[in-house]
Amino acid sequence: MLFGSVLPLIVALACAPLMQGVITRTKSVIAGRMGQPLMQPYHDLWKLLHKGAVYSHTTSWIFRTGPMVSLASLLLALALVPFGGFPALSAFSGDFILLAYLMALGRFFIVLAALDTGSSFEGMGASREVTFSALAEPALFLSLAALARQTGRISISPLLTAVSWSVWAHAAPMLGLTLAALIIVFLAENARIPVDDPTTHLELTMIHEVMVLDHGGPDFAMIQYGAALKMWLFATIIVAVAVPWHSGNRWIDTAVGLAGMLILAIATGVIESSMARLRLLRVPQLLLVAIVLASLAVAL
Amino acid sequence: MSQLINSVLVLLVLTGFMLLSSSRLAACIHVVAFQGVLLGLLAILMQHGELTVTGVLLPLSTALVKGFLLPWLLFRAMREADTVREVEPLISYNLSIIAGSAVLVFALWLGQRLRLPSQPPSSLLVPAALFMSFVGMLVIVSRRKAVTQALGYLALENGVYAFGAAVALRLPVLVELGILLDVFVGVFVMGIAIFHISREFEHIDTDKFAASTDRPR
Amino acid sequence: MIKLLVLIPACAGIVTFFVGSDRIRRGVLISAALTQTVLSLATWVVPPAPAMGAWLAEDPLGKLIETLTSVLFLAVSFYAVAYLREERSQTHSDFEEGFIFSNAREASFTGCLLLFLAAMTLVAVSQQLALLWVAIEATTLASAPLIYFHRHHRSLEATWKYLLICSVGIALALLGIFFLAVAATNPDGSTIALMEQDLRLNAHHLNVPWFKAAFVLLLVGYGTKMGLAPFHVWLPDAHSEAPSVASALLSGALLNCAFLGILRAQEISVAAGLAEFSGRLLLIFGLVSMAVAAVFICGQTDYKRMLAYSSVEHMGILAVGVGLGGAAVFGAVLHVINHSLAKAMLFLVAGNLLAVYRTKNTGGVAGALSVLPVSGALWLLGLFAITGSPPFGPFLSEFTILKAALDQGQTLVAVIYLSILAVILAGMAAPALAMAQGTPPEHIVPARSRSVALSAVPATLGIAVFVLGIYVPPVLTRALREAAHLLG
Repeated sequence: MLFGSVLPLIVALACAPLMQGVITRTKSVIAGRMGQPLMQPYHDLWKLLHKGAVYSHTTSWIFRTGPMVSLASLLLALALVPFGGFPALSAFSGDFILLAYLMALGRFFIVLAALDTGSSFEGMGASREVTFSALAEPALFLSLAALARQTGRISISPLLTAVSWSVWAHAAPMLGLTLAALIIVFLAENARIPVDDPTTHLELTMIHEVMVLDHGGPDFAMIQYGAALKMWLFATIIVAVAVPWHSGNRWIDTAVGLAGMLILAIATGVIESSMARLRLLRVPQLLLVAIVLASLAVAL
Repeated sequence: MSQLINSVLVLLVLTGFMLLSSSRLAACIHVVAFQGVLLGLLAILMQHGELTVTGVLLPLSTALVKGFLLPWLLFRAMREADTVREVEPLISYNLSIIAGSAVLVFALWLGQRLRLPSQPPSSLLVPAALFMSFVGMLVIVSRRKAVTQALGYLALENGVYAFGAAVALRLPVLVELGILLDVFVGVFVMGIAIFHISREFEHIDTDKFAASTDRPR
Repeated sequence: MIKLLVLIPACAGIVTFFVGSDRIRRGVLISAALTQTVLSLATWVVPPAPAMGAWLAEDPLGKLIETLTSVLFLAVSFYAVAYLREERSQTHSDFEEGFIFSNAREASFTGCLLLFLAAMTLVAVSQQLALLWVAIEATTLASAPLIYFHRHHRSLEATWKYLLICSVGIALALLGIFFLAVAATNPDGSTIALMEQDLRLNAHHLNVPWFKAAFVLLLVGYGTKMGLAPFHVWLPDAHSEAPSVASALLSGALLNCAFLGILRAQEISVAAGLAEFSGRLLLIFGLVSMAVAAVFICGQTDYKRMLAYSSVEHMGILAVGVGLGGAAVFGAVLHVINHSLAKAMLFLVAGNLLAVYRTKNTGGVAGALSVLPVSGALWLLGLFAITGSPPFGPFLSEFTILKAALDQGQTLVAVIYLSILAVILAGMAAPALAMAQGTPPEHIVPARSRSVALSAVPATLGIAVFVLGIYVPPVLTRALREAAHLLG
């Protein structure tokens, strides 16, 4: 059944940029525009891969390794997450700690690369990224802990497959709280409105985008692809909790999972279109709310 | 049934956090109004299926008074006072939320310690009620505006009422009505006082009260 | 008959809101107070039947507080009529800051006074603890407008503090009542009704941890209303900014009502065999209140605030007395009466001084004995009485508590108690003497025809304090014994 275990990874690698395309398209439709083609993210990546990279004299090897380490750690993290009816490639007790720290490692290297440029804008972005992710991380941990408590598993793959309608039936409020916390973490970690606006043109208000201003060509492609994978990873967790469909047939489950991802992408587009970005000072408050929601879910 | 009660309780706890984190006065009033409606719902859910006429009418009147009448009074006081409609807390919103979490932990601990004589339908009942009361007090001490302090009082009162519903007290109807009337008149008198304060001080900031406090000599 | 005690002032209060004529309204006030006093004195001869399914009934303790409240209210209402006549002019200039302010409508002031009396009576006669709570909260609401009689920012601030802090305290007391209801629930689901007598008789079936928690909440809640430190912060403001008529009632009558709330809990606690736990709490709160009051009385420059802090001190003494138990309870109950009469008299006299000297500053008052011979003398004697000097009533009751403490071997308590009393005596006597003696400031005009009632009422109260110091009538002694009997 090796193929079954590799499948989640293959789906993620193939479909991750599509999710971004769906979000952008949703926003365009709501704004009354035609919008870019759904496949545009793939085209962007293709274009970037065929460009050369320019490196500043002030940067060191860290600047070049950053994108690679970040992408590598996200790929590793993806191997821990199941999709649809298929279990993850690897699962062991407590692997959700590894998951969280792999993502933290990726972020750490992006931040290092940003600091390496010596640009004040990128330093600012790095500082914001670290501040907010420091608040998002406990929320993620607590959410996973809440799920672990409800399902009795401490490994991501069995944990997510163990969430079922019967778990919802006896712990609906707790799962609802966890879901709300996960969605906030999803929006914050992936630089979406109301935390960050990926389309803004003002560097001063950016968080994630301003960190990667100096990357170009294949480096930037790796970062973009990494971001898409990261969003896919979080979305998988949310969909697994929100749509615990276990029909018995893995292919049907996978189709349901893909449909869930599509709905989540559209929902994200709707949220982004209907909300304004929060003032930066209010962002920690939103993340604190996520922590509170998740800790409520653990404690109750 | 117990899932429904649990959901209402979780919502009540969340309203507590919303009250601590909203910066808009109007939003705070809405939150407290929502609490009032939830309390009415909770009281009906706690009837164990044996619905009586008074058993429904009392929670309904509670929901009506706490969910609509009192918020309306406070809205009127706020409009007539015509001030900045921000909450203006003494401590930051983030700190308020953290303090709220600390209070929640304390309430949960207390709820563990205080064992009810009969098994309640949800283990959350006592902690949620205590948490709401504590949040009310927190709002009173950490907010400047008279309107917000009145809101805090209302939240505290809601918490106490929730505890009453939690232990399924069967107080005589007359007493229940008396308590409701007292709360109503209390907020009414506070509303009048807020109106006077706004006229007298041209703002409803209790912080600006002349320092007529004594210090040890 | 019990219903009438509550209904007469309540109806009269509602009526006065709508009476336009000053003369008729004041007539209603006096006659309602008079009727109610006669009725409550009559209950001493003919014990009234319980009403409303025994929710309203008179027990010895309630009867004592009820009668005291009625009598005090009657005295104050005579003073109030004279006071309101003098305050008739529409605008006044403020003593301290010189701005112009107006008074609230006299009709609403009188109406609230009567409703206040009705609420306090309900406190004294209700045997159902939740009803007692409703009544105590009602006293807060009825008395808040009284504090805001002079429409200016200081009184408004005092009103807001009073309203908010007391409401919060009372909300805690409600939580205490709910806890008590939990304590009264047996594991099999049957419950003891929240009636004073039922709870007392079944006290041994109460769930102890819940009862203890309930007692703490009730003590904190009603203690806020009663002015026990550290929950007393509203009290100096409210009592000093209210017009003297209201201050006299707030200090003399309302604090007792809140104390009654605590005593009801204490009665149950004694019956449940938890007197040691609750007594120790009362003792600590009492001593802390006394100490805090002493700190703020020394060097106090505002004589109405000084009186207000003295109320905190005396509430502390009451708590200590009940906390000690035994013979001290008798002293505490006697002290309730002594303190009420003496403090009401002092606030009324302070009102007279304020009207003539137009300042609340102790430094601005001198030669009161020559300017206002009666009020000046009463002020001096009253301050000696309230600080527990012989031969006045408070000396007797404070001494009884002290003796009980020594007899019980609580030497430490006795020493602290006595030294705080000594500090307060020194702190209050110095400004009192300076105010009474000396030459009055030049701009003070002594020759002003003032109503006789303004001096006669405090004089009568003063005489009562004096008489209680040397002779306690046997009827009263018996009533006090009965009242103290249930408190350990």
